[in-house]
This record gives sequence, structure tokens and C-alpha cells, in this order.
Amino acid sequence: MPEVLKAPLVVEFPFTRSLGPVQSAFLTGLRERLVLGVRTADGRTLVPPVEYDPVTAEELHELVEVAATGTVTTWAWNHAPRRGQPLATPFAWVLVRLDGAGTALLHALDAPGPDAVHTGMRVRIRWAENRTGAITDIACFEPHDGEPGRPGGERQESDGERVTGIVAPARLDYTYSPGRAQSAYIEALSTRRTVGERCPSCRKVYVPPRGACPTCGVPTAEQVEVGPRGTVTTFCIVNIKAKNLDIEVPYVYAHIALDGAGLALHGRIGGIPYDQVRMGLRVEPVWTDGARYPDHYRPTGEPDADYDAYKELL
Amino acid sequence: MTREETPGVRDIAIVAFAQTDVLRTTDELSEVEMLMPVLHSVLDRTGLKTADIGFTCSGSSDYLAGRAFSFTLALDGVGAWPPISESHVEMDGAWALYEAWTKLLTGDADTALVYSYGKSSPGSLRDVLTRQLDPYYVAPLWPDSVALAALQAQALIDAGEADESALATIGTRSRRVATLNSHAQLRGTVPQGDYAVRPLRTGDCPPVGDGAAAVILAAGERARELCSRPAWIRGIDHRIEAHSLGVRDLTDSPSTRLAAERAGVFERPVDTAELHAPFSAQEIVLRKALRLDDSVRVNLSGGALAANPMMAAGLIRMGEAAARIHRGESDRALAHATSGPCLQQNLVAVLEGDAR
Ligand SMILES: [Zn+2]
Repeated sequence: MPEVLKAPLVVEFPFTRSLGPVQSAFLTGLRERLVLGVRTADGRTLVPPVEYDPVTAEELHELVEVAATGTVTTWAWNHAPRRGQPLATPFAWVLVRLDGAGTALLHALDAPGPDAVHTGMRVRIRWAENRTGAITDIACFEPHDGEPGRPGGERQESDGERVTGIVAPARLDYTYSPGRAQSAYIEALSTRRTVGERCPSCRKVYVPPRGACPTCGVPTAEQVEVGPRGTVTTFCIVNIKAKNLDIEVPYVYAHIALDGAGLALHGRIGGIPYDQVRMGLRVEPVWTDGARYPDHYRPTGEPDADYDAYKELL
Repeated sequence: MTREETPGVRDIAIVAFAQTDVLRTTDELSEVEMLMPVLHSVLDRTGLKTADIGFTCSGSSDYLAGRAFSFTLALDGVGAWPPISESHVEMDGAWALYEAWTKLLTGDADTALVYSYGKSSPGSLRDVLTRQLDPYYVAPLWPDSVALAALQAQALIDAGEADESALATIGTRSRRVATLNSHAQLRGTVPQGDYAVRPLRTGDCPPVGDGAAAVILAAGERARELCSRPAWIRGIDHRIEAHSLGVRDLTDSPSTRLAAERAGVFERPVDTAELHAPFSAQEIVLRKALRLDDSVRVNLSGGALAANPMMAAGLIRMGEAAARIHRGESDRALAHATSGPCLQQNLVAVLEGDAR
């Protein structure tokens, strides 16, 4: 059995999110070093503010200012900060109830060590130098032994627009492994061969193989080499040029049933004008130097396959 | 809800359960390759073929796989062609079980296959799970799953309801009883270890692993045909806490208590409980919410501290509780599943065997 393949896979996405009136006010406030909460019907002040009461589901909109100082309600010492977290040096995760608020906000506390942190300790916000209207405008909390701050006490007016959205970038790193069946398929492609797997029950050959027959729900294991030639079973004409793809439009994208395969795979058809591609056209793969899969398929020049020969594979 | 509240509804039972061994890595297997033996095993136990199943519901998460619509590939394992009656939840399989139970209640099907799986090994689970947090106020800070559980543990310590040695006892007991569970990932003596995020040590945290599980549900007489002692679902309910952690009392789990009430847990004592408590402190919170005293056998499987395959660990709690009833080792069992940070969402089921 060939070795199972592995490769790094990075998933990165900048989520663009719009804000409702409450979140917009809160994040605009942070940019101006002002912390806003929202008042519930029973007189509690929720910080950070939300648009609906978590108990009654009533819509909330009465914004109130709270102080930049507060009290730690619980904490946890993080000796090994991870990527993206607020501080790169060891810090405490804290829930902080700001003075004037009835609920607590999650953030980081910059402290020399776990012995310097306890529930009930007094802290204040350390503002980020460059504030954009995001929760990270609070750089972190720091210990504070002075008087409780005043609501809005540190406000710094900015002439920026109201914050109506955030862009939340996210990156996750994976080590992808396609598993046994697909590893074998990719290994074979490196020697320009295409292998599928035969279902022990219905005898169909799956290309690319995934280790299971979707009709019978049983594992497949018997490797079968298919192709290299095949038959176009159906196709479409692509008229829109994809970004970062230097293929001239229009071109044909087709389902190709490789000889011996029990279902068709996808491929681009080249070497023939796009409007002459047809069902039943016999094709073969064209490899380019150093490629890991066929660049496209071109006509073999054989007579077209009989419809009955591929109708089950449409 | 419980059956008593809705007279005339059908009896529905878990009639079979199967799970994989939970392993730190399963590189050689794709998801469907990992899942398939479990599907075959659970079907074999009832003699059913995939074509006989009325409804299929699965649970998994694209964020673990790092790939969109990843569950569609796993469908190959149930023989999804020609098309079957099928559905998916982007959650633990316990919630897929809830959906399947609802479908059986309607009378549209007599049997259901529920499966779930998760491979945590390809990614960094602590980072991956941050993406399920509030995207405006919390996720941009990347607080990982262990850090959030540590806040909950410290709140419990501050409230005088636990200390670090009490937490350690829970992890130690879980792994000791897991020696009898060949599927568990951590078994026997495991050092309590260094702080992961203080106050939690590595021994207070679940192992990261890959695994899958499946159960078959059946209604009424069909259940009796398929299993000599079906585990009847007498009640099942799930509830959720407020989204923001700072709004909640982290030392309590009112959503678990409410789900338990609605599922009928408090009507009669249970003899067995399978709790989904990935972190040691959470077992204390759940025991309190569910009013479990020492007369109840809790997590004889070793629980999530011995094996916590994401998206399957909750369904495994349902399956383990049911299997004890099948084997005659329990007459009335509680099964609990959780999802999200600090016991955010909680599902509770009451399972009973026929009187002996
Ligand atoms: Zn087959």
C-alpha cells in the first residue's frame, strides 16, 4: 500500500459583517474610547450590548455609558498565548464587569503572573493606539488601584464615520490527508496513470475512488487502471473567463467516461473548436510538463462512440 | 418533551449502537472510510440493510475537515444512490438523533439511522473551535476552548464548589473506569500534568481524537423485532444558554436542568447517567443541575475525559446509555450531550428498558 499523502491546507477567509444599531454604536464608541451598554426593561445594563434581551427576547435600544474601569468576575491564566490572541506574552483571560454594567465582558488582562490576578481585582481598559471600531480597540485590561472611572471619562472624539461593519479575518491551518483510496489515485497520477476502485458488490469502477461505493454502501479496495482514452458523455460551453485562469473563452468543460470506468469525471476539452465538441466524442488526456493531472483532453480521431456504449454513464 | 405530555404518540427506542475506537490520528482513513465499519456494524446488529432504513440523519462539522459540504462525501458510506431520505445537522450527532426521533414521531418512517463523526486531527482543534464563537465581540480575540473551560473552572473554585484536587479526581476516575472501554482513547493512569490554561491541567481536559458512532432508532413493534430489550426514549429535550459568557452564571447549567425537567428526568430516579462533560469542572456543574447523587452510576464508559471525538461524543453518550439497557445493566438511564463553549447547549434524554 502506498504511503498516505499529506499536505498543508490553509483556509483563510475575511468575513465581512454588518452591524445592527446596537453593535454599531458600541464599536463606534470603542473607537472613541467610550464604552456603551444597553439597558434592559428590568434595569440591567448589558456590556457588551446586544440587540435582544437574552432572557425575554425583547428588542433593546437604550444605550448607556459605563466606565472603563471594572472588576474581574473570573479569570484563567494563559501561559502560552496562541496566534491571534490579544497579547503575545503570558496573560490572564478575564471576564470583567465594568463599573455601571450588570454583565461581564471577555478580554485579556496584562499581569506579571497568576499570583497577581484574583477574582474581585480592579482593572481598567488599556486602549489600543490605533482604533478602528472593533473589540480589539480594547488592547487588553490592566490592574488598576485608583478610583472607579467615570462613564465616558476618557472619551476621545473622532471625526470618523459611524462604524457599520467589521471585517473579521480568520485563518485555520490543517494538515490534509485524503485517506487511503484517494492517496492511491493521486500516486498513480504522478506516473500519468488513472486508477479507480471496483465495488465488490455492483462491480462498478469508481474514479476518483473514495473508498466506498455510494450505491451499495460498502468499502471498495480492488484497484483498476482505467483510460487513458475516454468518451465525452455530456458537456457545457464556458463563456465567462474565471479570475486567475488563463484559458481563452469560450471553451468546453465535459464529463468524460474513461474506458473501463463506471462513472464520468470532469475535464476541459481542447484541440478542437468549441462548437464541434459533441456527445460520444472520443478523447485522450494531454499532459503538460511537471503537471499533476491532465491539462485537458483532446480528440483521438477515432469514430464517435455509440450512444448505447455510454448512456448509463450520463 | 415526554411521551406523557403527548398521549397517543408512538414509542421510539434506540435498538442498536456502534462506535469506532477513538484515536489521536487516522491519517490513513478518509471520513467515509472511518465511518463505514460503524455503519455496517450497527446495521448488522439489527439485520437491516441500508435500503430498509426509513430515514437517515447525520452530524458533523465542516470546520473540522476544513472543507465545505464535507458531509456529502460521508454519505457514500450509507449507499446514498439512488436517493434516500436524508438530513444533516452541523452539530453533534445527539442533535441528529433528536431530529430523527422527531421524524419517527410523525409516523413518516419506522426506522432511522443516525450517525456522526469527527476528525479533529487535521487541524488545531483549540483554534478551530474559536470559529463557533460570537463573531463580533469574542471570536476576534481567539479565546480557545480550553481557556473558556478554564474560566468556568475558576468560577466554580471561587464559588467554593471545587478545588484543583477535586477536579483531578474526576479525570482520574474517568480514565480508570475507561479501562473497561476498549474504544476509549485515554485509559488507566494518566498524569494530571501541567497547567493547560490555569486552573485546568492537561488531566482536566479531554483528549483530542478522531472517531465515529451510529445508532438505529425504531418505533413500536418494529423496535421489539429488532432488539430483545429496546432502550425506549421516554423523553428528550434540548435547551441553550445566552450567547454571551458574561451574562451567564458559569457555575450552573439552567439549560441542562430545564431540558431534564422537560424530558421527565426528575419524575423517577435514574440508575445510570452518561454525561457529556469534556472538562472535569463541567461534570460538577452537570451533576448539580441534574441532581445526581452517589446512587447514580455516572459515566461508566469513562465519558468525554477518556474519549471526546468532536460531533460524535454526545451521540456516544446516548449509545452507551442505551447499550446498558440493551444488556440489562440499567433500567432507567439518563443521557446528556453538550455543544459549544462552557456547556452552552445541552440535550437530555431519558431511556428505559421494559420491566423485568
Ligand atoms: Zn456497488
